[in-house]
Amino acid sequence: MKLDYTPDQQRFRQEVRSWMTANVPPARLPSFDLTREGFEAHRDWERKLSEGRWGMVTWPEAYGGRELDLIRWLIFEEEYYRAGAPTRVNQNGIFLLGPTLMEFGTDDQKARFLTRMAAGDDIWAQAWSEPGAGSDLAAVRSTCTRDGDEYVLNGQKIWSSRAVFADWAFGLFREPGSERHKGMSLILFPLDAPGVTRRPIARMDGELVFAEIFLDNVRVPVADRLGDEGQGWHVCMATAGFERGLMLRSPARYQMAASKLAALYEANKKQLPASVGERVAQSWMDAEAYALSIYSTASRLEAGGTIGPESSTNKIFWSELDVALHQTALDILGSRAELVAQDQGNAPDDNWLDGYIFALAGPIYAGSNEIQRNIIAERMLGLPRA
Amino acid sequence: MEFAFTDDQLALTQAAREMLVDSCQPADLRRLLESDEPRDDARWSTINEMGLIGMLAPENAGGMGMTLVDFIGIAEAAGYVALPEPLIELAGVTLPLLSRLDETRGWLERAMAGAVVAIGHPVNPLVADADTADALLLGDGEDLHLVERGAVALTRTESFDPFRRLYAVEWTPSPATKVGSGWGDTADRGALLAAAQMVGLAQRCINMAVAYAKDRQQFGKAIGSTQAVKHMIASAQVKVEFAKPVVHAAAAELPLGTLAARARVAHAKIAAGEAADVAARMAVQAHGAMGMTWEVDLHFFLKRAMALNYAWGTAAAHRETVVERVKTLRTGPDATFASELA
Repeated sequence: MKLDYTPDQQRFRQEVRSWMTANVPPARLPSFDLTREGFEAHRDWERKLSEGRWGMVTWPEAYGGRELDLIRWLIFEEEYYRAGAPTRVNQNGIFLLGPTLMEFGTDDQKARFLTRMAAGDDIWAQAWSEPGAGSDLAAVRSTCTRDGDEYVLNGQKIWSSRAVFADWAFGLFREPGSERHKGMSLILFPLDAPGVTRRPIARMDGELVFAEIFLDNVRVPVADRLGDEGQGWHVCMATAGFERGLMLRSPARYQMAASKLAALYEANKKQLPASVGERVAQSWMDAEAYALSIYSTASRLEAGGTIGPESSTNKIFWSELDVALHQTALDILGSRAELVAQDQGNAPDDNWLDGYIFALAGPIYAGSNEIQRNIIAERMLGLPRA
Repeated sequence: MEFAFTDDQLALTQAAREMLVDSCQPADLRRLLESDEPRDDARWSTINEMGLIGMLAPENAGGMGMTLVDFIGIAEAAGYVALPEPLIELAGVTLPLLSRLDETRGWLERAMAGAVVAIGHPVNPLVADADTADALLLGDGEDLHLVERGAVALTRTESFDPFRRLYAVEWTPSPATKVGSGWGDTADRGALLAAAQMVGLAQRCINMAVAYAKDRQQFGKAIGSTQAVKHMIASAQVKVEFAKPVVHAAAAELPLGTLAARARVAHAKIAAGEAADVAARMAVQAHGAMGMTWEVDLHFFLKRAMALNYAWGTAAAHRETVVERVKTLRTGPDATFASELA
């Protein structure tokens, strides 16, 4: 056990830090969920990252990556959040679809999709959920009907994050007449294809975070199916593993938030009881515990280990810590908490209310925490299914 | 950066764990209680023969010169079986302290051979295992004294945990008993190793709850197939999963002796204590009314967890260290490990 960075790792940190210092936009970008303009500003940032070969550092060099190990990925993320760099508009693509493509994609698919994804040319949305099928993904009803070397897609998807302005989506479809886990395929489709209609869904704060996607006889080439025909469930479960595992939520995000929370508390503590300081310390501890857990998992994976159902404990832990952390921030703000434009003392860039509303979704997306608890109980601990 | 145990560490932990699990089943604990013996001599001999007692003592004192990281999994395993013998404190706290003293009057060697030296640290007013100890290491202000068992008066104070034999100690310091001054990192070691034991205790409570919930039928099906029971157990497992890496990091960082390292130990004690508390109470609930009884073995683990949660500093006291660290040292994503901070 060596909890020190090697000189090489320290040099790498400095390299990332220098690049971020020189390139991170000085002002916060407009939201990518509110306007096309904000979305495109984030796409420009993805392009800039990609020019520095920082788009996805763990990817092979052939696709614009640096083939870095997971420890360096963590260091990269730490510097990314430390620098206050913009939220990744393409996280569905680079963190979820990307690894899935590398595992299940054909050479042709990798060549066509990965480089453009890393470059920000294609921004991806996830099209898994449907009305009537949330965490019960096997209940999806949208169909893919084979017609020669094309599929004809029909149905409706919902809660697709980023889909309002995104370019492509990856979705789960079933052969007509198939049931549950069988007969499903994972299919990639452009969101501007004929027959695709997007209807934005405004979140409680009015941001267009998600969309419904209606598919009416949308034709896509069979070559755009990811994985074997009828194996969509298997492929999706691998993606869900990436989602709940390391990549979706790097610890640096919460460590940065905990650091800002500590600063918020320091700036306001004269008016606050000491018990609030203990809650701030608890948020810091939780963010550290998450970081240590991910470092430990990363070390194990680098040594050839695998990640199993324990990834479900990650998802529960980060989503609950995020809610508690933001709740503590709002409690510090007190009567200012409800204000949309908050006066937050020393950190005018941070809007804790925004963060709180986003955190509320954490226990829901990427498989609800109720489902994660079932997974832990059944697959990790061996309790019987209902 | 390599946050992982070596193959050697894993193998040693595994061997110790198997020995402890084999020799210290709940039925063995019950037999020991009925015999009224303070410890299982056969098991204590095995522990001694495996070389576990001298693991952390320096090589020039006849020990193995190993580190807390080498030992931490063994402490977890000792918690998992609610080990009655004082292996963890003797090997992990007492011997490293003795080996730093100027003068030990031969007690370092004797402790290495399995003699018990009990510690009367100011943070724990009652001295554990004082009756079976051959000597006591006691504090008088900053001074440390080694006092033979026969030279002190002990008053038993009964613990909820029948294997915790706690005593108030009356004694008189003298120049002849003084062996050094300053406790050094003794309290941090005690807290860390209590935390590791609580991780093991928490996992044991969870495993017992799982076993019971798979077996126990209500309304025609196993109670463990119901979501309410599943979620209660899963939530406890989440607590354990996120206490464990903190305990492991604290083992690696404790020797740095800095505020950042001490805060990590404090965090480990808080997180493991919470995990053990949640897991023990959850396991009582999962067992239903049986969980409250002497008949079900759960109480051995619940009692030890409770005792360790209050030993070597309460959560409230450790929280102050964490608050101090957050207030005075750099926080943020590039300040995860204690070695990065002054």
